[in-house]
This record gives sequence, structure tokens and C-alpha cells, in this order.
Amino acid sequence: MRVLFLVLILLIVSFISLFVGNQAIAPSRVFGMDEIQFLVFTVSRIPRTLALLLSGAGIAVAGFIMQQIAQNKFVSPTTAGSLDAAKLGILVGLLWFPHLGLIQKILLSLLFCFAAGVAFILLIKRLKIKNVILIPLIGIMFGSILSAIATFFAIKYNIVQNVEGWLIGDFSGVLQGQYETIYLIFPVVIVTYILANQFTLIGMGENFSKNLGLNYNTYMFLGLLCVSLTVSVTVVTVGTIPFLGLIVPNVVRIYKGDNLKKVLPLTAWFGAVFLVVSDILGRIIIAPYEIPIGLMVGMLGGLIFFLLLMRINK
Amino acid sequence: MISFENIKKSYGERVILKDISAKIHKGKITALIGTNGAGKSTLLSIISRLIQKDGGKVSIYEKELSKYKNNELAKRLSILRQANQIDMKLTVRELVAFGRFPYSQGRLTKADNEIIDRAIDFSELSEYEHAYIDELSGGQRQRAFLAMVIAQDTEFILLDEPLNNLDLKHSIQMMKTLRKMVDELGKTIVIVIHEINFASHFADYIIAMKDAKIKYHLPTHEFITKNKLKEIFGIEFDIIEHNKKKICNYFNN
Repeated sequence: MRVLFLVLILLIVSFISLFVGNQAIAPSRVFGMDEIQFLVFTVSRIPRTLALLLSGAGIAVAGFIMQQIAQNKFVSPTTAGSLDAAKLGILVGLLWFPHLGLIQKILLSLLFCFAAGVAFILLIKRLKIKNVILIPLIGIMFGSILSAIATFFAIKYNIVQNVEGWLIGDFSGVLQGQYETIYLIFPVVIVTYILANQFTLIGMGENFSKNLGLNYNTYMFLGLLCVSLTVSVTVVTVGTIPFLGLIVPNVVRIYKGDNLKKVLPLTAWFGAVFLVVSDILGRIIIAPYEIPIGLMVGMLGGLIFFLLLMRINK
Repeated sequence: MISFENIKKSYGERVILKDISAKIHKGKITALIGTNGAGKSTLLSIISRLIQKDGGKVSIYEKELSKYKNNELAKRLSILRQANQIDMKLTVRELVAFGRFPYSQGRLTKADNEIIDRAIDFSELSEYEHAYIDELSGGQRQRAFLAMVIAQDTEFILLDEPLNNLDLKHSIQMMKTLRKMVDELGKTIVIVIHEINFASHFADYIIAMKDAKIKYHLPTHEFITKNKLKEIFGIEFDIIEHNKKKICNYFNN
């Protein structure tokens, strides 16, 4: 019953997303669209909605895994340098290998993202001070350093504007023929679900995992690989969407706990719905212009998070 | 049967364990005692392969620890460390279910579920089964972790100060539970304990550590004497015998 309700909400918001935009297409006219409407619908609306659903689900799940691996609830791709590393990867590709296709670009940014993830995890595991707030702060600093390196090269080669462009997630550019790589998120989420128990154990720490016979390092790297793949695919295809990976898992956790096997579907669902709703609002509020998705997610998410914290502290 | 030979461990200049050897008696409770920093927890962590040793070897049934597969070892040996600073929101049942991980990799069978039920019952946590562990009291949480170890169903169980956070009643309950596990289920338990009277009352053997070495490894009644206790802890003891068990009074100096 509850599952049905959640699926229904997902369908409704996806449906709305298909019919909101500059080019008015009434739902009643789906089978009677003129040529332009049909083109907009298939080339833009459907890809956009699918991309929103997949990135939302993927980033939320990636955030969850990241938090388990770091054993810190405030770590996410945004606060661990992953986004900046992916960006740096694309920049390197653009500067030194200008003829790379989309897949190669993703691989390159995956490489950077993964390396940064490993470096960050090794760094915080070595840290003597296990302060909850300190670790994401270190992550943000780490990200800023990576970002500074990227900016340095961007200025040197005069492509600052391009680089800044990736910073802002934007789904209006998601068009048929250019976004299909986002489907890679789907297998990642499936793999995550299969390995959910292992990732939960990772969140219990190295000793705990070892006691239960889990090969800690293997699964930690697998987890980082899943996160890196999701992050690099979304950064290359739609740009960065900050805070989604931080807010969604934490909201779900407050109600449903940390057992990934149990909460992964809900996390993915919430991530997807949240991103679609943010995007719809972004399209409506100042139509015919659009508010960037990153801004919408930040505002809505911040608000939700704040309200939740207030409620918990009561 | 666990044995260890010539175990060495130091952190930089600081020697934690100096050439330590012993054989743990099968089907018994062995209490590991000693002052803070005597190396008890380190020894326990080395036996359970949580930290690397600098030298020596640990074997279970004459087979060296490193020759076991992670998963195989997890079915034979479990460890519960002190101060489980696990900041995870899991229900008691979910936590206990992870005890079955070495067997089922998370896909629980009917048999697994029965074992989980029994472990929860055994630890008297049935009414909290679906409560989140971060909402329980320290003692209840401690018992939940013990229930997980029970569900892991290993022959050898190592416990690092399991009485931390427990009030008197639950400390006694915990020790009785451990006693039952040894007497009825044939487990072998090694336990780090601070309160000497718990060791005196419930343990079969005592390993007393001092200055990075094992000073005594004796049956409990032989170890509990004024002189030996004073040697280990550096304070005066009065030994009172009651119902054939020795009680140590250390409040008179």
C-alpha cells in the first residue's frame, strides 16, 4: 500500500515534468502533437525527465555510501572533493586530450574522482582527531585545493567560463543523443543494492567488518568506485548538483535508520522525486527563464533539513 | 583450541607486549586481568587479527591464524571490543542479524532467523527487538552487541570489557549468560575484566598481565591470593572465602 503510494507520487511528478516548459504541451494532446511539439517531447522532455530521475536516485545513493565509508554523516560527494576531482578530470581531458568522446571523458573524470576518494578516505583514517564536523571541513578544503588547481589551468588556458559552466548543474541541456551515458547510473544502483549489507558493515568500521569476515578494503574500494562512477557520469552529463547527496540520505536516515538494504529503495526514490520537483519549480518560478537546479536543490534542501533539525531538537 | 607463542608488539619505543605465550583452555572462561596499559586489549586484538603483531604466531587448532580465510575465521572466532563507538541507526534485530553474516552474507535463511530469535531471547532483548540501538541505554546496547556475537555462534569468543556501562544487576546477568554459554553450549571465552571479583567468581582461569608480560596463568582459586594480587595491582587485598568462592576486598588501605 505504502509502496504503491510512493510509486504513484513518482509517476505524478515525472508526468508533470514531461508537460512543464516553454513549449506548451497539454497532457490531453499527447497523441495529437504537432511536429514541433513531438520533437520537443522526444528530444528534450523525455530525456530530461529520465536524466533527473536517474541522477537524483544515483546521487542520493552515492551520498549514502560515501557516508558509510567515511563513517560520517556530513560527508558527501560535495563535501569530500569528489565533485571537484571530477571537474579536474574533465579539464585535463579538455586541455590535453581534446578529441575525447563522452565515454572517455567520463572515464577520465572517474579516474580522478576515484583517486580523490581514496586519498580522502586514507587521509581521514589516519587522522587522530575523529571530530564529526572536522572531517567534512577537511573534505571541503581538499575539494577547494583540487578546484584551485583546476582554476589555475583554466585561467592559464583561458577557459574559465567553460569550467564554471560545469559547476552549475543544468538539465535544460539534456537532449536526446547527448545524455544516454546517464543510464550508467542504473547498474550502479543495482550493484549497490546487491552489496547493501556489505556497505552497511563498512559503516560499522574496520574492526567490526573484520570480525564478521568481511574483506574491508575490497568493499571500501568497491563502494568508492560506485560513488565515483555516479559522480563522474552526472558531472559530465548534467553538471554538479550540490548537497543532494548530503540531504537526502540524512532525511531518510532520521526515519528509517542506516540499514542500507532496507533504506536504499527509499533513498533512491526520495533523491529522484526531490530532484524532479526542484527542477519543475526551477522551470516554473521565473518562466520563461529557468533557475539552475543546483540553486533550487540548495534552497529546498536547506529548508527541509533545517526544519527536520528543528523538529528533532524539540 | 587457541594458542599463541612469542607475541611481540610495540608502538615506536613503547613496548606493549614482550614475548607472550599461552594456551587458552578449551570450554572454559579465561579472565584477562591487569592494570591499565598492561597490554590486555592489545593481546585480545592480536589474537583476533584486528591488529598486526610484530612477531610470534597465533593458532587455532594448530593452524596459523593467517592461513584461515576471513570468512572461515569469522565462523570460529568472534570478538567484541570495548566502547563500541558505532554511530549507526540499526534496530536490535538488524544488528543481531549481522552476526549471521559469515554464514549467509546477508541473505538470511529460516535457520538464520531462528538463531537470531534465540540470541535475542538469550540476551533478554525481545521487547526491544525493533528499537534502534542508539535509543537504548548503554547496558541494553552492550547486550545487543553480545546478542550479535551469540548469533555469530563461534566456538571462541573474545570480549574486551563487556561489563563497561553495565549496572550491577546486568553485569551479573551478563556473566551468568557467559557462564551458560560455556557450560551449556561448550564455548570458549576469553574476557578482559577490571573488577577482580567478577573474575574470581565466574572465571575458570586467570591470565594476569603486568609490564607487557604474562605474570600468571593459573586456575582462578590458585591465583586469587593476597600476594599475587598485590604483585599485579600494587594495592593491598583481603581475601574472604564465601561458599567456596573467594571475594577480594581492596577498600582497606
